[in-house]
Amino acid sequence: MAYDRKKIEELIDGTIDWETLHRMLSEPKDPERFRLYLEILQERVPWEDRIILPYQYHLYVVQKKDTKEWVIKCDCGHEFCDYRDNWKLHALIYVRDTEESLNEIYPKLMAPDPNWQVFREYYCPGCGTLLEVEAPTPWYPVIHNWEPDIETFYREWLGQPVPERAEPVRK
Amino acid sequence: MVRMAKTRLGVNFSPLKLEGQTLKRHRDEVLRLTRETGHYAGLKHLELKESDPILYNKMFSRLRAGVVHARETAKRIAASPIVEQEGELCFTLYNPAGDSLMTSTGIIIHVGTMGAAIKYMIENGWEENPGIRPGDIFTNNDCMLGNVHPCDVHTIVPIFWEDQLVGWVGGVTHVIDTGALGPGSMTMGPVQRFGDGYQITCRKTGENDRPLRDWLHESQRSIRTTRYWLLDERTRIAGCHMIRDLVLDLIREVGIDNYMRFAYEIVEDGRRSLIRRIKSMTVPGKYRAVAFVDVGYKHPDVQVPPYAKVDTIMHAPHEITIHPDGTWKLDFDGSSRWGWHSFNAQPVSFTSGIWVMMTQTLIPTELVNDGAYYATQFRLPKGTWQNPDDRRTAHSYAWHFLVSAWSAIWRSLSTAYFARGYLEEVNAGNANTSNWLQGGGFNQYDEIHAVNSFEAASEGTGAGAVKDGLDHAAAIWNPEGDMGDMEIWELAEPLIYLGRNVKANTGGYGKYRGGCGYETLRMVYNAKDWTMFFMGNGYMVSDWGLMGGYPSAAGYRFEAHGTDLKERIEKGLPLPLGPDADPDHPEYEKLMKARTIKRDKQTMTTETIFENYDLYLNYLRGGPGFGDPIERDPAKIEADLNGGYLLPRYAEKVYGAVIYQDEQGRWHVDREATEKRRAEIRKERIARGKPTREWMKEERERILRKEASVQVRHMFATSFQLSPRFLEEFKRFWDLPEDWSLTEEELEVPTFGAKHRMSVEQLPDVKRLVLVEE
Repeated sequence: MAYDRKKIEELIDGTIDWETLHRMLSEPKDPERFRLYLEILQERVPWEDRIILPYQYHLYVVQKKDTKEWVIKCDCGHEFCDYRDNWKLHALIYVRDTEESLNEIYPKLMAPDPNWQVFREYYCPGCGTLLEVEAPTPWYPVIHNWEPDIETFYREWLGQPVPERAEPVRK
Repeated sequence: MVRMAKTRLGVNFSPLKLEGQTLKRHRDEVLRLTRETGHYAGLKHLELKESDPILYNKMFSRLRAGVVHARETAKRIAASPIVEQEGELCFTLYNPAGDSLMTSTGIIIHVGTMGAAIKYMIENGWEENPGIRPGDIFTNNDCMLGNVHPCDVHTIVPIFWEDQLVGWVGGVTHVIDTGALGPGSMTMGPVQRFGDGYQITCRKTGENDRPLRDWLHESQRSIRTTRYWLLDERTRIAGCHMIRDLVLDLIREVGIDNYMRFAYEIVEDGRRSLIRRIKSMTVPGKYRAVAFVDVGYKHPDVQVPPYAKVDTIMHAPHEITIHPDGTWKLDFDGSSRWGWHSFNAQPVSFTSGIWVMMTQTLIPTELVNDGAYYATQFRLPKGTWQNPDDRRTAHSYAWHFLVSAWSAIWRSLSTAYFARGYLEEVNAGNANTSNWLQGGGFNQYDEIHAVNSFEAASEGTGAGAVKDGLDHAAAIWNPEGDMGDMEIWELAEPLIYLGRNVKANTGGYGKYRGGCGYETLRMVYNAKDWTMFFMGNGYMVSDWGLMGGYPSAAGYRFEAHGTDLKERIEKGLPLPLGPDADPDHPEYEKLMKARTIKRDKQTMTTETIFENYDLYLNYLRGGPGFGDPIERDPAKIEADLNGGYLLPRYAEKVYGAVIYQDEQGRWHVDREATEKRRAEIRKERIARGKPTREWMKEERERILRKEASVQVRHMFATSFQLSPRFLEEFKRFWDLPEDWSLTEEELEVPTFGAKHRMSVEQLPDVKRLVLVEE
């Protein structure tokens, strides 16, 4: 079933009532959700680039208004990189790899042992938001979490035209 | 009535008169047509469903209600709290080819494991020897056939309509002991199958609906807790026979042709259902994540053979590809090798277990059957911990690795749900479902006994994108979480409760935090010759947070031996009661004397002697968090502080909250000061963070110097050995020289298993069942 815009706004804000949330969980999905979701997100961001796909919390794949390139952008306005690239390689990183720095997060006995595992915190250089905490072993490559196939998604799954995309200009 | 005993394509949808290799030929045909047409058994059209949807749905509802009813009724026969309290059982109905039609609620991982056992019997000629006849009962718990661990014992009953096979029914219970090296069903200590417990390979254990006497005598001699064993078996047989009766009643009502048609169409229906859900909820593309868990076997409290005394790490990277047609591939290339511990898994337990998880997210419907398997490509490279290539591997606690590996899959799926706006489905992950309190000896009733506390069925769950995770709520392997009543556990175990409390700070922090776990403090009382051990994650957490949330807390152990609690009780003095609230500032030790106290991160131990009045802390883990913690609503922080879910100093350090206590001792968050503090934190982060590529140069130097602990290097070395692709990607990412490598030989640790291995199909007359790409 469809939900009105107010309910989707409440969902995004985490203020939705349990009864509706439970219905959302247990009933077939509402196909118009994506359109409504994008509209609400678009209204809330302070910039005018078109949101193509919410990439993760605070980050979006957007079509740049001027060049039509698709980039990953924070809601604060900071642009990370081409949408196919790993945004974490363009972020700020802080690694907790000592007992002392891990003890700022958990009591000593409840924190990982840095000889086994570290916390890598990735911050947005624009607003300082903590966008991701990786918890790998030392040496572990920075993971490229997601490469969405946006063209197929729009064309074949949503049945909508694929938004215009320009290849990035080499600088 | 729809009459279509045979399709043009050739699968015989009639009941099977068993003679020679009928079943094998039938399964071959089902697989061939599935492969060639892309539809299960070549069913391009669901003729019964399309021509008579009411009948189709009526059959589905009758059978589904019947298998659930059989489970609910049969579990009352069991005496073991694991089955009777926790519901660790399930029943599944199969078609003649061994593909599942539907399953009951419960530990539904076995939708696949029992099917694998049936398929093994088909592929290995059970039809000829020992024969498959009406009234037969088969028993299986062999891990090499795909079972999760030996304590999951299967009873499998063929269903005959007159003298022709129309399907199978399987029932499974998690038994309390399997006669392994140590007591308890998921024991620590075995490093090979031969210490893992009594294993039965699809053996005919009953005829004419009755268990055979030799089976009853032998099996009781092979395990510790005989009464529970026998009642568990009656539970399984009763449930199977109830479902068999139900199927035969239904056939009488709808006709054999309709039933047989249904038994295949429902599988194709399940396949299509998964594809529909994938298309409606996700986004095509490639998703990657990884999970780890620590194996700290070098510690003196882990008593195993010398070649197993190696610290190492389980590595489970995945790449999920969601294809344009809505099917998907789950590739675990790069996983580390199996090891000399009991945490190895088999491909079927790995793949089938994923459906347990999917019923909680992608396919939360009653239609859970082997159709989902046919819509999925799994790649589990041979030699990895999920697909061992040696017939000696131990599996008694396969869940340790399985639940850890699956936690990463939540993050990949949740990325897709988040993108589509289905925020209600986002889940940061699942807890490592430990600690497992296990042990045994003579109990309070002077009987040989083993315990396996299923308090672990209630862990904190992962945070969502719209709400916190649930506290002390559920375990990934059984969606019906229940910690069980203390009074029942005290009847089943000679262990008195001195506390059962929320464990503060166990849920990963975030805008929405992971659910917190809990802890129970148990005092040994009225036991004799008693041992216990610990099992869980300690040096590492096995989940990660999502989109800015933190992982949950890691584990630790607390045990106290030679205490003065008897005297303190007699004198009425204060005792250690309630939670071990802040392990940085322990209180228990102030309230007693003890000869030995172990309080450390060694959360895996083998059997330790426990005397009466010794203490054991059972700490159940929390779930991971979602979103940046400094976005958390101050009201939620106040609730956490006042509810005992959060230690005050972490409200300040992690959440950036400025807090104070009122005269009644209640905590409050100063909203205005908190807002300012959070703005400062953002600046501090930008000041201390460095560009990732700059940090990578430093890390690269550490790699070139091979500067990492043995366990980290051991993990990488075993993954590199199994996957040249993973090695190449690693070298490319870090821009390492072409000739850079890392091998186990460099590490100066035992390398048993690195070169010399022998798998089960090398045994004479054994045909291994291969259900994944290897």
